[in-house]
Amino acid sequence: MSEIKIMKGNEALAEAAIRAGCQGYFGYPITPQSEVLEYLADQGRVRGMIVLQAESEVASINMVYGAAGAGARVMTSSSSPGISLMQEGLSYIACAELPCLVVNVNRGGPGLGTIQPSQGDYFQATKGGGHGDYRLLVLAPSSVQEMAEFVYLAFDLADKYRNPVMILADGALGQMMEKVQFPEYDPAAHRVAKPWATTGKLPGRRANIITSLHIQPEKMEQINLRLQEKYRLMAQREVRFESVQTDDAEIVVVAYGLVARIAHKAVELARESGVRAGLLRPITLFPFPYEPIARLCGHASSMLVVEMNSGQMVEDVRLGVEGRVPVKFHGRMGGIIPSPEEIADILHAMAGSAVTHHEEVS
Amino acid sequence: MENVMTEAELQEMECVYAKPGTLTATRFHYCPGCGHSVVHRLIMEVVEELGITEQTIGVAPVGCSVFAYNYMDVDMQEAAHGRASAVATGIKRVLPDRYVFSYQGDGDLAAIGTAETIHTCNRGENILIVFINNAIYGMTGGQMAPTTLLGMKTTTTPTGRSVETSGFPLKITEIVATLPGTAYVTRQSVHVPNAVRQLKKALTKGFQYQKENKGTCFIEVVSNCPSGWKMTPVQSNEWLVQNMFPMFPPGDIKVPK
Repeated sequence: MSEIKIMKGNEALAEAAIRAGCQGYFGYPITPQSEVLEYLADQGRVRGMIVLQAESEVASINMVYGAAGAGARVMTSSSSPGISLMQEGLSYIACAELPCLVVNVNRGGPGLGTIQPSQGDYFQATKGGGHGDYRLLVLAPSSVQEMAEFVYLAFDLADKYRNPVMILADGALGQMMEKVQFPEYDPAAHRVAKPWATTGKLPGRRANIITSLHIQPEKMEQINLRLQEKYRLMAQREVRFESVQTDDAEIVVVAYGLVARIAHKAVELARESGVRAGLLRPITLFPFPYEPIARLCGHASSMLVVEMNSGQMVEDVRLGVEGRVPVKFHGRMGGIIPSPEEIADILHAMAGSAVTHHEEVS
Repeated sequence: MENVMTEAELQEMECVYAKPGTLTATRFHYCPGCGHSVVHRLIMEVVEELGITEQTIGVAPVGCSVFAYNYMDVDMQEAAHGRASAVATGIKRVLPDRYVFSYQGDGDLAAIGTAETIHTCNRGENILIVFINNAIYGMTGGQMAPTTLLGMKTTTTPTGRSVETSGFPLKITEIVATLPGTAYVTRQSVHVPNAVRQLKKALTKGFQYQKENKGTCFIEVVSNCPSGWKMTPVQSNEWLVQNMFPMFPPGDIKVPK
């Protein structure tokens, strides 16, 4: 690990990208993530990275397509409205199976919304987002340290599965300053062969074609089946989550990203007043930790899902729970961050109510 | 069968033309008389003659030439509609010593991809953009293109393109020529053999200037669409001269100093 530094989440992420051997960044400014582009335009260029401020997010994601297709380790970043503009390109990238990193520093929507933090893009990030059947592998950091660490992991997973990987952060994680230590990482040791890349047709091999077009339905179905098999493998191997005091928990809070930190504090507050609460924090949002959540139903009598949206991840929690325990939802929207006290209050109310109480209050 | 030559006679004949090795054996799917096949062949001839097959990466568009990579036997990427020059930018930036070209139609380049086209040219990306202008959307069945002539009938301008509802034909080649990032901007055609030869020269320059990092090279090819225009190939080439050339006159618009 490197020395301890104090950095903004966006800057830590950008620094990690340089250290991870990212060769190209293509992006367009948008609050609250412009520091990624700014940091790379300075430090990235100085240290040999290709950094291009594109004319739009539409162009950015298609430059990523071209550069990833040419075999380079590349990324883009944006915030919600800009990520919406990238959905077309992401669908093509997913079908053409190009490894790349896309960072969404989620802000409040819909529409132009607000520049404050939000988790309103959960559905878009985890269910495809663009047209057609595809998935991104989605990592949800909850600290500046993870904003940095997940960059290395994201690039390696992208190469491993030839799939776009998204880091889904939020405006607070991007803007806040915390200590961060960069892990030892040798990009050369993590470099994978890309014999499929369009680098120029050498004698003795067929031309490499990067495409998402397969006009014969039988062929297109085979492509889809291959993609689905890949997503199934991800679900089998790549589920990541963190458990805090869930072993004896009667009430389990499920929260990701920034909200998981706040929920962690709420769990401590609840424990102090005798409520046996715990926290499950999904780290991969796709693949989602359905099984770990299902297992908790053995001793937890209820669950509370807290998100900065109107209730998106709660649908996946309910899929994991399959009706075995009541799942209550608490959400804040529009850029409002819930406080530990408001979550602790809900935990107290839940502990005070009968465990047979199946009505969902939201 | 007195017309059949013997093997010995064949051996004695001089070979004046052969299909370039950079074209695959796949038969073109284009309609009879369409200019796409000729332009495909010319690009691949130039790539072979310049000896840059191993360093060339093409970008195919969405439109009739969406399957360009089935014919051009070089590494290629298929771009989303309008995004070919952005994709080409991404390739060229990470592989600056390769030759990168995009092949785009009028809808791709001058309607949905206008922003990408303008900004790629304005950055002076060292790529070659080949722009096929046949004033119609061929693949989707003959709808209006940004370059459709006034009065020209298409399936979405059934009484002819009018200024009131659809504005004017877009002369994007003249627009990109005003940008300092473009090095070589020319308008060519393939309607007669001499024009074909001229286009080949222009394509050769386009790749050579790329080697010299001169900036963006932009070659418009005024072409035809016999099916969309509902004409025979011969009629379409005559119509092209009489109607397309007055709006889109052939010739160099900008050459490197």
